[in-house]
Amino acid sequence: MFDTLSDRLESVFTSLRGKGRLSDADIDATAREIRIALLEADVALPVVREFIAAIKERARGAAVSQALNPAQQVIKIVNEELVEILGGETRPLTYAKTAPTVVLLAGLQGAGKTTLAGKLARWLKQQRHAPLLVAADLQRPNAVDQLKVVGGQAGVDVFAPEPGNTGSRPDGDGVGDPVAVARSAIEHARRMGHDIVVVDTAGRLGIDAEMMAQAVAIRDAVAPDETLFVVDAMIGQDAVTTAEAFRDGVGFTGVVLTKLDGDARGGAALSVAKVTGRPIMFASTGEKLADFDVFHPERMASRILGMGDMLTLIEHAERTFEADEAERMAEKMLGGGELTLEDFLEQMMMVRRMGPIGNLLGMLPGMGQMKEAIAQIDDRDLDRIAAIIRSMTPAERHDPKILNGSRRLRIAKGSGTTVMEVNRLVDRFFDARKMMKQMTGGLAGPRRSSSRKGKKSGSKRGRGPARAIAPGAALPPEMQQSLGLPPGMKLPPGLAPDLSNLKLPGAD
Amino acid sequence: MLYVIVGIVVGVLLVGAVLGLVLAPSRRRAGAIEAPPPAPPPPVDVDEVLEQQTVEPAPVVEAPPAPPEPEVERPEPSAGRLVRLRGRLAGSQSTLGRGLFTLLSRDTIDEDVWEEVEDTLLTSDIGLAATNDIVAALREQVRVMGARTGDQVRTMLRETLLVAVGRDTDRALHTAAHDGHPAVVLVVGVNGTGKTTTCGKLARVVIGDGGTVLLGAADTFRAAAADQLSTWAERVGAAVVRGPEGADPASVAFDAVHDGMERGVDTVIIDTAGRLHTKTGLMDELGKVKRVVERQAPVDEVLLVLDATTGQNGLVQARVFAEVVDVTGIVLTKLDGTAKGGIVIAVQRELGVPVKLVGLGEGPDDLALFDPELFVDALLP
Repeated sequence: MFDTLSDRLESVFTSLRGKGRLSDADIDATAREIRIALLEADVALPVVREFIAAIKERARGAAVSQALNPAQQVIKIVNEELVEILGGETRPLTYAKTAPTVVLLAGLQGAGKTTLAGKLARWLKQQRHAPLLVAADLQRPNAVDQLKVVGGQAGVDVFAPEPGNTGSRPDGDGVGDPVAVARSAIEHARRMGHDIVVVDTAGRLGIDAEMMAQAVAIRDAVAPDETLFVVDAMIGQDAVTTAEAFRDGVGFTGVVLTKLDGDARGGAALSVAKVTGRPIMFASTGEKLADFDVFHPERMASRILGMGDMLTLIEHAERTFEADEAERMAEKMLGGGELTLEDFLEQMMMVRRMGPIGNLLGMLPGMGQMKEAIAQIDDRDLDRIAAIIRSMTPAERHDPKILNGSRRLRIAKGSGTTVMEVNRLVDRFFDARKMMKQMTGGLAGPRRSSSRKGKKSGSKRGRGPARAIAPGAALPPEMQQSLGLPPGMKLPPGLAPDLSNLKLPGAD
Repeated sequence: MLYVIVGIVVGVLLVGAVLGLVLAPSRRRAGAIEAPPPAPPPPVDVDEVLEQQTVEPAPVVEAPPAPPEPEVERPEPSAGRLVRLRGRLAGSQSTLGRGLFTLLSRDTIDEDVWEEVEDTLLTSDIGLAATNDIVAALREQVRVMGARTGDQVRTMLRETLLVAVGRDTDRALHTAAHDGHPAVVLVVGVNGTGKTTTCGKLARVVIGDGGTVLLGAADTFRAAAADQLSTWAERVGAAVVRGPEGADPASVAFDAVHDGMERGVDTVIIDTAGRLHTKTGLMDELGKVKRVVERQAPVDEVLLVLDATTGQNGLVQARVFAEVVDVTGIVLTKLDGTAKGGIVIAVQRELGVPVKLVGLGEGPDDLALFDPELFVDALLP
């Protein structure tokens, strides 16, 4: 039982590694595995069929490449197909020529429209717009209140002339006319100088003709510039039916994927994009209002393929650090000097500013298989480590080797931890430092040919990790165990080819 | 540029490595030896301590038990609801039961037909493993049967689907007070599946059957969730215990059960905040809610609310929630749409957790006790 699409594909490709070229039987076997993987990832069946057909076609027709081994060839084809289905380029919001631009949100119940309205408004505000949230969900009890609260958190005005369903009629009949609310909202926005209006509507089922007619009425009343279909990333095979119902019912121009922070495999994204031909424009990845971003098809594709999400990581870094800060950080890591605990502390605090460490690690390539270990990581543990290091004298930080028993006891007392924890930190620090040195040493050398690396990691199941990765770039076995690393996990030397796949700005 | 990027990556890895290393063993150890409390105890630990000395009642804003006003409704009893709602089910699910029926009624069933059978099952979110089981069972029976009449096909399908849905599973909903305690029902699930609505409707089910209910609004996270629950409660005259926004859900749940015992209600239904099963911290919080409640009265039902549109991720959800709070039943909501909710078959098959309630519409009384025979009959022509 594989946990994710990328795990499964990876296992398929592991068996392909070491083969000189793809035979028809190989292609069929691969296609079968990809089919299972996609179905388990909730990609809709018709989409799976087309996808498989396309992959087979391309795999057969592909010229035998000198540069890539068969596994890489298939990965490349799958990746390209994924990106193509997911929409190629990210499309920006269309703004109206004359303000206000109207964005209408529609979707099933519980897809996350109200929360998303708040996130979108916050995001728009950051882009220096003046959004107005409109509470046109008068159906669900207290949806209007929720939007008001969310709007307050986002610091955005909320237009809610109708209290909505607050109790007298939980079945939602006769609690005000959402069409009228939407219509007057536009007037209100114009008067108050809002340049974007985000209309939150009630959740509705695709087959509910009456509610669909209401959605159409709202749409006709506000003439939206963008109608966004909000869909839960966890949705299954019904994604296609629902998306079609909304496309034919209210008609939408873009898709927003919510709850991407779960472990749903995101097959719905593929299905919806493929079936409706509408691009996925935004993705929401957490409970906080800030957990919202423009959707990036390439990143989704590389996530599905387990190639990590380096671009997001780099963007995080760019947003967090000044250029010289990042430079300094890199210098410390790669500069070749002996790393001290002081450096490590600084490093840790900088990394911490980029966000939860678990999320960051999850963005690295090859980390897909250790999601559980990553999920175990608690950011509060960083505080404890910081406390231990801060309880050391500068001399100790500079050279942890001088730490003897009594110093360790003092540090433990000073930081409110135990000697065992101090010991563990120091030991691990030495291990990690050794690992870093080996890794950076590996980087300094010439880039290894990726085919060679692929073969190596494919054939080293259960053996010393030192050989699974390029020589001189090993994790200590003990560390591998405690991190729960699978044998053959790729670490930065393997990163080089992955990086080049990702079309980094200025990296090639 | 590449240099900087690699530097950052290495940095992140370094921190991850030291962190993972330092903490993985200490966590393993935590089970056996009590880990020393960190110097400035983080907020969660404070809660933990609170919990150890009987949880102090957090400032609780308590809605007065609505006096029996004339406008308080009397919901319909739960019996016979599924019969009434059967039509909605049949409408949405026709492709599953009827599609299979048509396919299997053909004179010759070749590989292509079997593939279509498989596809029909797959598009119902039943999942690959369960689909293979069902197809294998059907193949076997078709081979034994030879020529088939419509009735025979119908019986065969009915039997096979009943086995898949789980015919003999105990689906009784424990909402009656016992041993002097009210029955405690904990409602859990990921975001947006309809937990709060289910709580409201479940309260109506219990009241409709002649019980009394107290609702605990332990969803202190989502904006206006407690208001939404109060709205439901007001209509049927149920009491609500709620805390301030952001309060510790365990303390609200504790107070709800405490209040429920004092008032002598039959059932205490606790609504919890939606949480993705991948958020370890939130899942721990949920485990704590249950532990704290159990100090006063055993939790009789832990209902996992699953959205019928959920795909294969539903199985992962069920597995994780079952690990943390020992789910006793599933509420399958939004089954009145086009979604088939086939994921419950996979859940039943893997974890043995039965569907106990199904939501078949937006009406307040559209939550029905699940009956496999009625359900399967509604699927078939």
